[in-house]
This record gives sequence, structure tokens and C-alpha cells, in this order.
Amino acid sequence: MRKLTFRGGIHVPGHKEQTCNLASQPAIVPDRVYIPLSQHTGAPCSPLVQVGDAVKKGQKIGEGKGFVTSPIHASVSGKVIALEKREQPGGNFVFCLVIENDKKEEWDEAVKAPANPGGFTPEELRKIVFEAGIVGLGGAAFPSHVKYSPVEGKKADVIILNGVECEPYITADHRLMLEKPDRITAGLNYIMKSVNCSQGVIAIEDNKQDAIAVMEKATAQEKNIRVVVLQEKYPQGSEKQLIYACTGREVPVGGLPLDVGVVVNNVGTAAAIADAVELGIPLIERVLTLNGAVNKPANYRVRIGTLFKDIIAASGGYTGETGKILAGGPMMGKTLYNDEVPVVKGTSGILILKKEDVRSEKEQHCVRCAKCVDGCPAFLEPTTLVKLAKKELWEEAENNDLLSCIECGSCVYVCPAHIPLLQYIRRAKQAVQAARAKAKK
Amino acid sequence: MLYAVISLAAMGAVFGVMLAVASKKFAVEVDPRVEEILQALPGVNCGSCGFAGCSGYAEAVVKGEAPVGACNPGGAEAKQKMAAIMGTDTADSGMERKIARLLCNGSTSNSSMLYKYEGIEDCHAAAVHYSGPKACHYGCLGLGSCVKACPFGAIKMGTEGLPVINTDLCTGCNICVQTCPKQLLQLAGISQLVDVRCRNKGKAKEAKDVCKAACIKCKLCEKNCPEGAVQVVTDNEGSVAVIDHTKCTNCGICVTKCPTKAIEKASPIKAEVCAVQDGPSENKPAGCGSCHICG
Repeated sequence: MRKLTFRGGIHVPGHKEQTCNLASQPAIVPDRVYIPLSQHTGAPCSPLVQVGDAVKKGQKIGEGKGFVTSPIHASVSGKVIALEKREQPGGNFVFCLVIENDKKEEWDEAVKAPANPGGFTPEELRKIVFEAGIVGLGGAAFPSHVKYSPVEGKKADVIILNGVECEPYITADHRLMLEKPDRITAGLNYIMKSVNCSQGVIAIEDNKQDAIAVMEKATAQEKNIRVVVLQEKYPQGSEKQLIYACTGREVPVGGLPLDVGVVVNNVGTAAAIADAVELGIPLIERVLTLNGAVNKPANYRVRIGTLFKDIIAASGGYTGETGKILAGGPMMGKTLYNDEVPVVKGTSGILILKKEDVRSEKEQHCVRCAKCVDGCPAFLEPTTLVKLAKKELWEEAENNDLLSCIECGSCVYVCPAHIPLLQYIRRAKQAVQAARAKAKK
Repeated sequence: MLYAVISLAAMGAVFGVMLAVASKKFAVEVDPRVEEILQALPGVNCGSCGFAGCSGYAEAVVKGEAPVGACNPGGAEAKQKMAAIMGTDTADSGMERKIARLLCNGSTSNSSMLYKYEGIEDCHAAAVHYSGPKACHYGCLGLGSCVKACPFGAIKMGTEGLPVINTDLCTGCNICVQTCPKQLLQLAGISQLVDVRCRNKGKAKEAKDVCKAACIKCKLCEKNCPEGAVQVVTDNEGSVAVIDHTKCTNCGICVTKCPTKAIEKASPIKAEVCAVQDGPSENKPAGCGSCHICG
């Protein structure tokens, strides 16, 4: 049978063999955690505690205003010792609450398992998801309760759980599916209930045959849930591409998955929701993959706010001369300039590249081979957009569907002339968005 | 053959009459002064007057919606010509030639770097990642977005990683000021020679750690200024010394007092733009972008 997939895309080496067979283990719980006040898309949080206050594990320590926001929780028990601005994995600076760990691991009183988790109404479920600070764990960190809230005139009829993990080197979701299939299934059921939708799909790439078998076994009794096997291709895990592969529906330009009746969540998000609903535990821990040039690559369950440095040191440190530290994978991850950066809710992996593996090529002239056009999963002409961006013809670029770019980086990967296409496109997007913001004023 | 010639001639005659009638009947009255003012303007279409190009400004002047002196690149010469065309008085001007100033002294020898940047040569693109590669988040990124933007070729990248403004060529069109993602360029009149070349609002130690020429908020300038023109201004981001150009007399005392040499006095600037280069600067290829021939 022909495997389901999207049009376009590229094939990149997976590099997953180093960690895909290593069971996820609890990572070091550091002496200090640095919890950023903004780890999600939407309004940043204001701190609810002051410097000097004692906090307990799972205690809500920050919340934002408005609907599109997500609260943050203490990931250890201890004392708040500072509120300082620090580098984030996302490439910006955000205020962080620094908590000195007292190693007592005392849970907050608010964290308790409800008597009857099956009896919650959809509204109650959404409230639990919001209060637990659950955001999309795939990387974008969009607050989950917003996705589940009903929008007038739109009805979701299928929930897709994203277990694709197309980013090379990262095996966090893969391990989660192998180790906690029941949590994922339970989480999916809660999502379906909160969205009031009867169909659930778990999408997995065909390079994870063991995960497919485990998830199929776990969902054998669930009539409304099926496992869909997708072709191994990058960027298969991108929301719009995933929806097309699973359902054949195309999300309109500038639209949301809900416009075609779909809600997409990461498998990790589903597992976190199961923990929040059944055990009352907020999102203070996530699975991530540490891979590349470190002594012991591993899959870790890491407390939010742990510094990359602590995790790397606990894994035996760097091997050889380090060229690059990436938060995320090599395709969409962000380069960091030091390792004193905290793990946030959206950090799916830490990748260390050796100096000799980091190439820096000089940009050459476009040879018009159209590899980028063939590879673009959004059906754009990256080379044309770059040409327009170089001339600062922003409007013209916008008319060429500039804003449909999902920034997957496929065009840069295949470009034989080493043109940093994506950076030019991002620059153009930035200019278009600035012009739009100006026009609004 | 004959029929074809006759019918074509007849059609030609009919259309000729129609066009002649239409050109009389639907003629649009154009004020000849618009064309004259357009001739007096530099024709760079920089937009610094606030209108859509030179023709937009010319029309506004004729309609009386804009003053004659709003063209910065044209300067006094254009103003006089326009005043003559419009029959207005030029003495009311008081308009001084303005030029752009760079408010950062974070050259490669003064300031330290956070990381090595390897992307495209564009300040906006670099500023996205941790506010840019420079350790000072307020400092000039030195990737030359202003150099590319200047329609007069008045900005060149200096050897020290900072753009250098050619005061002879700068027309004060304001385009670089709008381009700079760090808001480090500012227009000021040519009689104003003293500038605080630092916008770092961080604490003294933090600022000094990242740049040798940073304002350390010591207030020596404020204390020594006889006119009260320099003040360390505090806002919600932090504080930095700022010169009030309406009070400054160019005495230069603050320049000698500043311990980090963050305040600088420029050499006198000519009253007129010396040469206006035609067309776009060499850095920007001409081309519409709709085909692939020239680009």
C-alpha cells in the first residue's frame, strides 16, 4: 500500500539510532531552576510569588492576562531567590524566576488526584488543561486550552495526535510512545471529550515500527481511535502537512486547522493532559533528547527550568570541540551561544554538533535548479521570494504567498548554492508583518 | 484591396474626429506650476516630506496643503526656487539643514560580541536572534542596513564596523533613521555638533562590560554643563545621557568631562549639500524584480 504523505518535502538522514533504543530516564534535578515567565505563545506571565518566598513543587508561580496565555508552575520545592533576565532557547531574553531547590520535593496542596476523572464536563476539562499550564509540546508551545475551545461556526470532527517526530536526532516522542502508550491514549480521549469530537488519529512515521506496534496494541480496544502510518519525510510533522497526509484536507492560507475541522496535538501534550486530569499534576516536566557530541546521549525526563549545562554535565559532558549547541533539532532548532539556558515547555531536544560537523559555506549565485521549489511543502518558490527580499520588494513578496512559508528549512537544506533562503524569507516576513502592524495603527 | 483601403481610411477619420473631440471635452487642467516645482525638486522620491514622492509633494504645494520648505534633500536652493514659483516669501524659513547622526560608538575595538554572526548582511535579520550578535543590546550591529537604504550614497561602512555618514552628501531625508532597527540614527541641525554617542540604558557596570565607550550614567556631563543641556534621562528601560539640542551651545565641556568618551563633538558641517548623486546608490541594484534578467 502506498504510504500516506504530503506533496513536496525532502529526505534527511534521521540520526536517531544513537538514542531511539534508550529508555527515558529522570534527569538530574538541579540545585537551581530558572523558570521563564513566558514559555508559550501569547501573553507573558506576571510572577505570583516574590523573591524570598518559599514555593512547593507544582505551585502556580505565574499567570498571564487574557485568554491566550498559560500559567507556569514551580518544578521543584524551595525558595525563590531572584527574578532575572536570561537567555531563552527561543533566541530572546525573558525574565526568569530562580528557585533554589531544597531537595524536599514537597508537592503543593493544590496538586491532588480527583476522585472521578471520567466525570468531567468538556468545560471542566478545558479549565484543568489551562490551570495545568499545558501548551503544545511539539515546539510551538501554543496554549492547548485555546485549541479546544469552541469557535462559532466551526466544528472539529477529528483530533490528530502528532507522533511523527520528523526532526533528525530527536527521539523524545518516540520513547514516550513506547513507554507510555496508555497515557497518550487516555490523553487523547480527554482531548476528544473536551472538543466534543468522536474521531481520534495517532500519526506515526514509518521509521518507528516499534512505536506503531505499541500504539496499535494500546488502542486496539478503542473504536474511535486509529493509528495512521505516514511515510518518512521532512517536514511530515508540520501541522498543515500532517493534516493533508492524514485526512486529505488542506488548511487555507492564513487559516487554522479548525477551519478544516481538525485539531492537532503532540503525543507529549496528550500524555501531559492525562497526568493533569487523572493525577492533577501540572506541566513541570517533559521528555527531551540530548544527542550529538556528548559522552552519553540520552532521553531524559527533565524538570522545566533546568539549565542545559546541568543536563550536559550529568551526561558526561561534551566530546571533542563543540561547534554548535542547538535547542531542538538541526532543521528548525535555534543556535545558542552558551549552555546556560533553561529547558522550557517547548524544548524537545538538545543537540550538540562537533566543530568539524558545522559547515559555514559562502553564499553563491542561484543556479536555478529549482530544488527548493520541488522541496517546498508549502508550494512556494523560495528562490523568487529571496530575489524579491533582496530587493526589498516586500509587497511583491507578499503577493507571492510569502506568509505561507512554514519556515521548515527544506529549501536551505537542498540548495546547492548555499543560499540562506530561509533567513531572507524570514526577513521579508518580518518586514511584511511590521508594515501590517504599522497600517493597523 | 480597394475596399480595405477605403474602410481603413474611413475608420481612421472617424476615430481621429472622436479623439479630437474627447481631448477638448475631457481635458484635465494641469497647473503648470506642478511641473515647474517638480523641476526644482531633486527627484529622488525619498518620501521624507511625508508625501508620495516628489510629484505628490509638488501637487500638495500647489494646492497649498504643504509648505515650500518641506523638502530636506532639496535644501535652501529648492526652497528658493519653489518660493519664486509660488510667489511666497522665503524669509520665514528658519529651516536649518539637518543631517543624520549615529548615536553609537561601539566600534569593533570598543564593544564585545555575544556570538559570531554568519547570516545575511541585514541588521533586521540579525537583530532577531538574541537582539543581534553584539553584546550591547542597544548598539549598532554594523551590517549596513542604513548603507543600503541611503538613496544618496551618503553612508559607507567604516573600517571599525560602524557606518560613517558623509556630512557633505547627507540630505537629511530621514530614510536611514526609519531603517535602523536599533533606532540609533537621528536627525539634527548642522549647528548642533555635540552628540551622546551611546543609547545603552543598562546599569553602569553592565554597559561598561559590553562596551568601552558606553554611557555609564555618572552624570559628570550633567553636573558640568553650564546650560543644563545634558541630562541623564531615566525611563522604564533604564537611563542614558541625552543632549537637549535647543539648549546646547557646542561649548564642548561635556566632551572633555565624559570618562568613557561617549560624548563627541563633530567638526563644523557645511551649510549646503555638496553633491547629490543621481539615482540609487551602488549597493542597490536597479531592477523591478518581476523578471529574472537583471537580478
